[in-house]
Parts: sequence; structure tokens; C-alpha cells
Amino acid sequence: MNASTPKERRIILKHADDPKYSNQIGCYLREGGYESLKKAFSMKPDEVGEEVLKSGVRGRGGAGFPAGMKWKFLDRKSGKPIYLICNADESEPGTFKDRQIMYKDPHQLIEGMMIAAFAIGAKQAFIYIRAEFHEGARILDRAIIEAKKAGFCGDQILGTDYSCNLVVHRGAGAYICGEETGLIESLEGKRPNPRIKPPYFPAVLGLYQCPTIVNNVETLCNVRHIIEMGGEEFSKIGKPNNTGTRIWCVSGQVMNPGYYEFECGSLTLGQMIFDVCGGLQPGRSLKAVIPGGSSAKVLRADERFTGSLKDGTEFDWGLEDIPLDFDGPMSAGSMSGSGGIIVMDDTVDIVEAMANVNAFYAHESCGQCTPCREGSLWMRKISQRMCSGGAREEDADLLLSVAKQIEGRTICAFGEAAAWPTQSFVTKFKDDFIRKATDSQKDRDPKSLQLI
Amino acid sequence: MISPEKEEFVVITLNGTEVEVPNGINAVEAAALHGKEVPHYCYHPKLSIAGNCRMCLVEMGTPMRDRATGEPILEDNGGPKIGWVPKPVIGCATNVSPGMHIRTESDLVNECREGIMEFLLVNHPLDCPICDQAGECRLQEFATDYGRGYSRYIERKNVKPKRTRLGPRVTLDDERCILCSRCIRFSQEVAKDDVLGFVDRGSFSTLTCFPGKELANNYSLNTVDICPVGALTSTDFRFKMRVWFLKESKSICSESSSGCNTLVSSREGVIQRITPRRNDLVNDTWMTDSGRELYKSVQSEDRIRRPSADGSDLPLEDAISRAFETLKEKKLGLVANCRSTLEEQFLTQRLAELTDAKVFIRGHFGEDDGILLSADRTPNLRGALVAGLTNQYPAEHLNELNQSISDGEIDALLVIGEDLLESGITQENLDKISLVFMGTTQNSSSSSANVVLPGLSVFEKSGSFINRSFLLQCFDQAIPGPAGLLSECKILSKLVNLFSNETKVLSELHDVWQAMSSMEDSVLSGIEFSEIKKGAVQLDGSKWKHLSFVEKEALHHKPMDLITA
Ligand SMILES: Cc1cc2nc3c(=O)[nH]c(=O)nc-3n(C[C@H](O)[C@H](O)[C@H](O)COP(=O)(O)O)c2cc1C
Ligand code: SF4
Ligand code: SF4
Ligand code: SF4
Ligand code: FES
Repeated sequence: MNASTPKERRIILKHADDPKYSNQIGCYLREGGYESLKKAFSMKPDEVGEEVLKSGVRGRGGAGFPAGMKWKFLDRKSGKPIYLICNADESEPGTFKDRQIMYKDPHQLIEGMMIAAFAIGAKQAFIYIRAEFHEGARILDRAIIEAKKAGFCGDQILGTDYSCNLVVHRGAGAYICGEETGLIESLEGKRPNPRIKPPYFPAVLGLYQCPTIVNNVETLCNVRHIIEMGGEEFSKIGKPNNTGTRIWCVSGQVMNPGYYEFECGSLTLGQMIFDVCGGLQPGRSLKAVIPGGSSAKVLRADERFTGSLKDGTEFDWGLEDIPLDFDGPMSAGSMSGSGGIIVMDDTVDIVEAMANVNAFYAHESCGQCTPCREGSLWMRKISQRMCSGGAREEDADLLLSVAKQIEGRTICAFGEAAAWPTQSFVTKFKDDFIRKATDSQKDRDPKSLQLI
Repeated sequence: MISPEKEEFVVITLNGTEVEVPNGINAVEAAALHGKEVPHYCYHPKLSIAGNCRMCLVEMGTPMRDRATGEPILEDNGGPKIGWVPKPVIGCATNVSPGMHIRTESDLVNECREGIMEFLLVNHPLDCPICDQAGECRLQEFATDYGRGYSRYIERKNVKPKRTRLGPRVTLDDERCILCSRCIRFSQEVAKDDVLGFVDRGSFSTLTCFPGKELANNYSLNTVDICPVGALTSTDFRFKMRVWFLKESKSICSESSSGCNTLVSSREGVIQRITPRRNDLVNDTWMTDSGRELYKSVQSEDRIRRPSADGSDLPLEDAISRAFETLKEKKLGLVANCRSTLEEQFLTQRLAELTDAKVFIRGHFGEDDGILLSADRTPNLRGALVAGLTNQYPAEHLNELNQSISDGEIDALLVIGEDLLESGITQENLDKISLVFMGTTQNSSSSSANVVLPGLSVFEKSGSFINRSFLLQCFDQAIPGPAGLLSECKILSKLVNLFSNETKVLSELHDVWQAMSSMEDSVLSGIEFSEIKKGAVQLDGSKWKHLSFVEKEALHHKPMDLITA
């Protein structure tokens, strides 16, 4: 690491790697835990919501929607019960941050959730946790019991007449359970088929057709810190419109893969890969990076990104110059998504990498709507054939065309998640796709029949 | 069609032209009202919106408003500025609002339809020539409109179960299923028998019954009707007949008093199947499975095909004369029938008046399923009330008639359809009287009758019924009756003439109607024959509201005490 390497600023993961810190309530209380809850309860619920709005905190689950704004959309006039759901389904390939939080500091999440529940007036809250997180569910269950005993959760929180029950719900073992309306269906005990929007916006017609707020684990943890330092103060962390810290999960061919928490915009993608993560293995060069989980569009190492930012400043970036926040990867035509940075060096066969991603989406499509259901499997079949010696020159364009027929025409954003990788891999690495075809055809007698 | 409660109209712009449509209906229906078809699979007007097939994608925009002031934003030409939604939206889940713009014809919309069609076909068997749905398949139809004409798909197709038995009457071919979920929603929402679901994910999703369950409810065949493709087929009908050979006639189901509107499909005088016909006031688009079987009675073993007197066949004209001889100058009783058409009941009543005959009538009852199979298992009990055959609610027997015969008040009977032994008449009494029977099927009455006049089934004649909600509905003849027979109306009309020495034969339905509508003091007064031909006519049943009708509250039916309460 050289001197100019930006330093991590750990807010959410403050205690994650502290060997003296455990996930029991004693540790959490010793470090000032549940003080924010007390502070929140001394305020009016609306004021809590105001602080969150002022903080500018954006959702960490993928879409980056401002949390305070989402809470404002909540239908409070219906008279129906309001629900809070923590989306802990974390299943975007390349993402492993929520797991760290829940396993190592579960009370942080509980505190954040109880503050959020108080602000939106929820009497019942759920943590919908990824099925594979057996241990996580156990840890959370125990933490909730501790919190209930201490009066931070459940009946008459902090001795007030406000009560909010919190339960852990084990997920159904599918990626689509992370899509918020699919999650709600699953929580209701059904197949996680995402709902059509309109009319089923969770804030109006969510769980059991009642107004519901769904937020990511990291988002809800931030709520605790927003109340602790005040919305105004929080908004000074990071950059305007990109406030707070973000946890980046770096995987792939770097020397030190792992999770890293930085102030938004305080480092570039290049610094992350080459300084923070120790660079590539000796003798390798960078080929491509997916900046925000497998559904984000891939970036090519030698691409240049130009345009102007929201505030009007012009930019001309190479891959390494992209600032790590919400707007940076977005300006580069991709997205920061769930914060999963996947690094690929020159040993990666790009067609195989895409085939791998396509196999995931074909396997995880819920199958409800035609374009995603049929398109994702078709793309998988094409890309697998390409990797098995059957590539044709026209396959690249066919893949693009199939992806285009999916994008923007589906029930949920899974459609885009499935289409974007293909669109970006094929467009940016067309040569690799064409080469696959010529390699495949090389040894074939030109007079032989087309393989079908 | 539009449901009657949405009367308020709004102006929208459809493909650049301003049109009026009822407020709140969806874009698919709105476009259809103005002659623009928006192709769709999963949308069904009588089921909840699933929005999964994506075939109905259209472009949609709404007038833009200034965020701060709420004022409409205007174009340079003064017209409202339209904010087009950047992505196509599904027409089935887009409800019209004032000023909305919809494009059902544009490059983007066509591109979407072509894309969806291609996706639906990549894993589809594409063997229409050996598929039973061909000719009435939405996939086939839209493939001709929006298909590519060639395939870009060279991969292997998915393999799924074929010829699965879903229940006693429904067969499933999963490879043809386009996963529209109509059948699932129907089972949940209408039949209230939640037995169908998808297993597996993505393109491998497969329709099936839940473990240990089967699709056996009395509405199961409706899933076959609404399945847009050849995935669900009727085990009875599949591979029997290509649908383009079928002649369709509008009929009314005679199974119970609900009066489901049906289509009877026949070829060369033989009925092949019965399917429901949409009527938003009566049966929506549904009917029972049991009602679809009724046509089988036309060809049944015990069908009466020839007129006879004292055991030997004779021409119908002679049989009618023999009937007259048998009945005239007797202490006459008349057993009318709640299954007769209104016209027949009217003539029966006229005959009773002419002959001073005492009229008896019974009901037939069963369980009410709260949907379309009502407790009154006759199609026209209310017709008997309207025709004046009785002013009491019919019991399930003819005990009173039995008593009258025992008391010697009656020594001759004209029986229409009913089985006397089964209705409580003793064999002894049966043997005592002269008996003329008119009906379609053999029973104890026909076997002890002096004269037997064969009747026609509902499929072989036209007429009208009054359903449980006092809706008067007419039906058309679907197939010819057996050779040499006449409809009950004509036979009754000839008997009326014989008894009255009149010569005018009320031979045609409109003659009967003329007589009926010119009656004074009847709920039928003034109703033209041509009117009932156009659609259901609501009659005022309040005159009978003191009677205890057996029907429960059901689809589109409220018992009268609930209406007034
Ligand atoms: C296919 C799909 C999968 C998703 N998976 C997750 C997930 O695993 N965890 C998550 O927090 N959000 C996931 N999301 C995003 C959620 O739908 C939702 O936007 C998010 O939970 C909202 O929380 P936030 O506003 O705090 O980010 C997914 C979205 C899609 C379309
Ligand atoms: S886009 Fe894919 S995952 Fe989402 S509802 Fe449609 S089929 Fe299911
Ligand atoms: S379901 Fe329709 S498109 Fe498919 S094979 Fe049968 S007729 Fe042809
Ligand atoms: S069987 Fe028919 S109705 Fe049912 S989901 Fe498949 S295509 Fe739709
Ligand atoms: S009709 Fe299927 S999505 Fe609208």
C-alpha cells in the first residue's frame, strides 16, 4: 500500500474484525449500543423520518433509492397495519456484506430496524434472511431474544407504549426472493413471483396488501448511525447525493479479495483494485471489472468513459479512475448495485465468464413472464454451446437481439439483471465472441452440415 | 364488453385519435371498443390480472403537470404535453384515465409482440397439425400475425410431461403450456378449488396438480376453454373433431335454474360439445362440467323416437288424434313441467283452461353449489309461475295428484315429461286412469301410457326459459330432431285446436309470443319476440316474492329477500 492509499472508514463494520468483539448484546452495549434507539424514542416518529431524509442515505440493496424518500411514500391514510421488512436475502453473485453485518454485529441491525419501525409506525417487522444463512438466522434469533429481554424490541420498547415485534423468517432459497415483491409473496407463504407494479407498490399494497417498507440490511444499519450523529452530520460523510460509507465486496483475481468500507467517493476503482486489494497476481493484466454485482454491466479495462456529471462537470475516465460511490459506476454506464466488485484478469475467457453469468440467471428466473423466462434460458443455451465448440459468428448478434427483447419488458428488474451482462459482454468484447466462432469453425470441413 | 356499473366515460387518445371509453377499464378493453385488437394471453376479463405473458405491451403517456404548481404543461401549439412512459407498459394492467395516450400500433409495440411471440415459440412443440387446439389457438393466431416465419433457435427444446391426466375430464400437455396461469387463477378465484400450481423455475416451470390433488371439480372444463393453447384439453372431446367443421348454435343450459348461456357445437346434426357463451349478467364465461354432458341424452338408449298408441307405432298426426280421443270428455288432469319452455307452458295452460283440467306440477331439487349449479334443477320453474300453471311453489312430488286420482276426481291425465311412479303416484292409481304421455325419454309414465307423443330435446327446438333471477332468455335449435317428429309446441297447439275447434295453429314461436305478449296483467305483456332474440330481458318477479325459492346467493344471483332487504 502506498502512502496515497485512502483509508477505510468503518462505521457499519466498525467491530467486524475486532477479535475482542462478539455478537452478544454485552459487547454491543459496551460500545454505545442502543443509545441511538433511546435518542430516537425521545423524538417524534416524523422527526426521525426527517433526519433520515436529511441524511440523504440511499438504499444499499441495489437500486440506490433514497431511504427517507421511500418512507415518505408510505400510505399512512389507509388505516391498515404497516410492516417493516429487512431484506437480508443477499444473493447477488459477488455480494457478501450483509452476511458480515448479521453474523458479527446483529444488534446493530436490530437497533436500526427498531428505529425505522418507530419512524414509520410499524408494529411488526421481519428479517427475511437468505435460506443458506443457517448460522445467521440462529445468531439473529438469539440477538432478538437478548434485545427483547433488555426492552429494546418487542413489547413496550424502552418502557414506552410503543411495541414492535421482530421475527426472523428463513428465505425460500432462490435469488428472486431478494426482489422486494417476490420477497413479500414468499413471506406470505407463496411462490416468490414478483408482483406487477402498478398496482402493487410495497409502500401502498405490500405484505398482506398493507403498506410495507422493504430495506436492505446495510441501509437499516445506517439508520442507527444517522440518528446517532444527526441527518445533517451524516450527509457530510461521502459526497453530495452519495452520502455515508459503502461496503464493497471485492472478489475475483485480486491478491486480497474481501470486504472494505469506505466513505462514498473517497477512492477510485483503480485504487480499490491495485492499492487496497493488493493488485493482480504477478504477470497478469486487468481485463474486465463488474462493479456492482453480477447484474451490473461489465466494464472493459481499456475503455474510456466520457460525459458530464449531474453537477455539470465533464469527465473523461479510464476504468481505474471511476470513483466508487453511487454515481461513478452509473456515469460509466454501469451501476454500483449491491457493491459487489468482480475483477477479471487476462486469463479469463470472457465468453465463459458470460456463460457462467447467463447460467445463473437462467436458473434463477422465476419463470413468470415470457421474456425473462424464455430469453434467459435461450441466452444460456447459446453461450454454453459457444463454449462447447459450437460457436457461430452470428451468435454475438443473436445474443444481443435476445437480450434486447428482454430488457424493459418484464415484470421485475430481474429482466434487466439478466439482459445487461449479455449486452455489455457481447458489445464490449465482440472480438472474443467472433474469435470463439472462428476457433470453433477452424477444424470443420466447410462442406460439412451445420451442427444442429 | 363492459360491466354495467362503469358508466362514466372519459376521453383518451388511441393511436392519435380521441375516443370515448368508460373510465377505469384497461387499455386492452378500451382499444377493443374502438376496433383495435391488443393481443393477449394471460389477461381474461373475468379473472384477476397476472400480467405475465407480456403480449399486451403498448405505449402509454399521460398529460404532464408542473411538479410545483400542479398546472398542466403545454406544448408550443397549446395542446397538453404528454409524458410518455419510457418503457412499454402492459395494457391489461393499465387502466385508462382522462387524457391518457395509448399507442397500440407503433414500431416499438410491434417489435415487442414479435419478441414475445418468438420467445413463446422457442420451446413450443410447433406441431399444430397434430394438436387438438389448432383452429382455436391464440398462439397459432398471433403467430401468423407477429411470428417471424423462420426460426433463429437452433438449441434443443425443453422436454416436459405430455398427456398428463389432471383429473377425470382434463388432459394436460405441459410442452404446449405457455404458463399464463389462467387455469390456476380460475381454480382459485372462480371454482374455489385451489389444486393447480407451477413447479420448478424459469423456462422449466411446469403446470401440475398439487400432490394428492386432482382437478375434479364440476367446473374443471372451464380451464380447457380459457387455456389459450392446446395445453389443457377435454378428455372427452380431444381428437374427436377439428373445430372448423363445427356449427355453433346459441343455447341455454337446462341443467338448473341458473340459465347459463352456452354454445352447442355440432356437425351434420350430431352434437360434439357444449361450451359456455359469455353473458355478464348470468354466467360470465363459465358453465358446469355436468351441463356439458347433457347432449348425450339426445342419443340415449331410452329416447322415445316414435309415436305410439297402445303399444304400436303410428304416424304423429294419428297419435295426436288418439290422444284427443283418450282425453276428451274426461275428468282431466294435466301434469305440467318446469323443464318445458315458456311457450310450451303457455300452451299447456291454455289447454288446461279449455278443458277445465286440473294442473299439477312438481319441482326437482338438489344441492346449490353457490356458483352456477342452483338448487332448482329445472331451467324454467319461474316460467311455470309466469304462465300461470301454478301460483304455489312446486313441491318435489305429485302427492296431491295421487290423492285426486284416489278420490276419483281425475280419470284421465296428460303428462308432460314427469315420471309418475317416481313422483309419488301409486301403481294402482296409475292403472286406473287413461294416460297420454308427451316426453323425450321412457319412464314409468310412458310405459303405462295409452298414447305416447315423443318430444324434442332442448337441442332440437327453440324456445325460452326464465332463470333464477327472472331473466327471460331464448335459445336456438342446434340440431334437427328425429325424423317425423314435431316440437311440443306444435303438438300442444294441435291439441288446443282439437279441443277448441279453432283452426289457427300457433305453430311458430312468434305466433305463441304474440298471444303471450297480448295477455293483460302478465309480466310478459308487451314484450316483443324480437326483443328476447336480442338478449336477456329482466322480468319483474316481485309478484312471487312471498314464495320460498330454494336458490342460494350465487354468481350474479341474489335471492329476492336479499334484494329487498
Ligand atoms: C432480481 C433482484 C434481486 C434482488 N436481490 C436483493 C437482495 O438479495 N438483497 C437486497 O437487499 N435487495 C435485493 N434487491 C433489491 C430489492 O428489490 C429492493 O430494492 C431493496 O431490498 C430495497 O432496499 P434498499 O432501498 O434499502 O436498497 C433485488 C432486486 C432484484 C430486482
Ligand atoms: S422478470 Fe424474470 S424473475 Fe422477474 S417476474 Fe419476470 S420471470 Fe420472474
Ligand atoms: S398449442 Fe397452438 S400453436 Fe401450439 S401446436 Fe397446438 S395449435 Fe399449434
Ligand atoms: S395450461 Fe393453459 S391456461 Fe394453464 S397456464 Fe398453461 S397455457 Fe395457461
Ligand atoms: S395480457 Fe398478459 S401481460 Fe397483459
